[in-house]
Amino acid sequence: MERIPILKLGAFLLVTIQIDLYDRLALHLEEDLVAMVEKKSVKGVLIDISAVGIVDSFMGRILGNIGSMCKLLDAETVVVGMQPAVAITLVELGLPLKGVYTALNVDKGMELLRSKIEIEDTIGDDYDDDTSPN
Amino acid sequence: MAHTLNNKKSEILELWMKNQLADSGLRDDLISNKDLRVQSEELVNALITNLNDNNINNSQSPDFDKVTELLGGISISRARQGFSPRETGNFILTLKEALLEILRQEPSDVNVLFEESLKLSRLLDNFTILTFETFIKGREEVILRQTDEITDISTPVIKVWDGILAMPIIGTLDSARTQVVMENLLQKIVETGSSIAILDISGVPAVDSLVAQHLLKTVSATRLMGADCIISGIRPEIAQTIVHLGIDLSQIITKASLAGALQYAFKSLRLEVKRSALEVNGIANIQ
Repeated sequence: MERIPILKLGAFLLVTIQIDLYDRLALHLEEDLVAMVEKKSVKGVLIDISAVGIVDSFMGRILGNIGSMCKLLDAETVVVGMQPAVAITLVELGLPLKGVYTALNVDKGMELLRSKIEIEDTIGDDYDDDTSPN
Repeated sequence: MAHTLNNKKSEILELWMKNQLADSGLRDDLISNKDLRVQSEELVNALITNLNDNNINNSQSPDFDKVTELLGGISISRARQGFSPRETGNFILTLKEALLEILRQEPSDVNVLFEESLKLSRLLDNFTILTFETFIKGREEVILRQTDEITDISTPVIKVWDGILAMPIIGTLDSARTQVVMENLLQKIVETGSSIAILDISGVPAVDSLVAQHLLKTVSATRLMGADCIISGIRPEIAQTIVHLGIDLSQIITKASLAGALQYAFKSLRLEVKRSALEVNGIANIQ
């Protein structure tokens, strides 16, 4: 059974989709990812779809769903590296992925996730800064 | 008759040239008299040499292939050079006059002369029509090429700063244009890794609900790529139309001018524009 690997990188999860997602694979990814977010209590999920050339409405919906689900589990989702053709298709399908953040590449996505989590942490008081003495 | 004309080839050319030069519509600014003479001579030679009593009634005859070819070339080149239809038409009509004049000088019976003039007129008229057809075809080619060029040049993507792209849209946005605009912009975002795109619509004459929808689509697609899209250059009239039509652009960052959009872009990239100390001194010195 083919599965898409989910890597843990610090406080984030990193998913790189290297093959065209078919429906069952996408459903498995959704399931695994949500379980992993809960288990490892991660703060952010980064999904790299730069190698994906074809999307359909199902895949668009799955991406949106992952975003909403992670939000419920208090994690931000960033989709990075979308191809122009994919972006145009999603817009034409009427799926502007409202629940997820987007970034151009993994670098910028990471930066975005970090800034989002920083903002959240400065709002919440229960954050222990590693660099500060107290 | 063909024989007569063949003998008087040079006279015909002289008369024709005289007619052309006497014409008030002569465009010596577009074509030199020398070139005109070369063109005319070629045509007279091709016509008179191939003309005989059998094919005078049939302008489609293969004997006239050379003439047709010459006429086609001349009209297309004239269309491109910017001759008016009247000037191009006159070129061949003055030849007809010259030929009829030569015929008249021949001593012959009135009825015969009339018959021959009629035949010759018919042949030359057919050539005139052919000239016109080719002329119009030449003009259409020019128009087609220009249409292509306009679509190409009217959607440039400009890199205004590291990480900032601007795209001035000139002309009405229809579905086809939007597709080109969107593709160009998204492609350029990938190439340059820019995180902010500015769509300047100061060159868009009118915004209706369809154009607004196209703009929204472009903005959504840019957002999906991971870049921010700012719409700038919204004129007061356009703002009025948008509100009157009830179009909701509140999710989009809009700015009145490109400068405003650029300022916003600098701010969100945490860049600052400062006047350098040296330049301040320089201005102070001038004052």
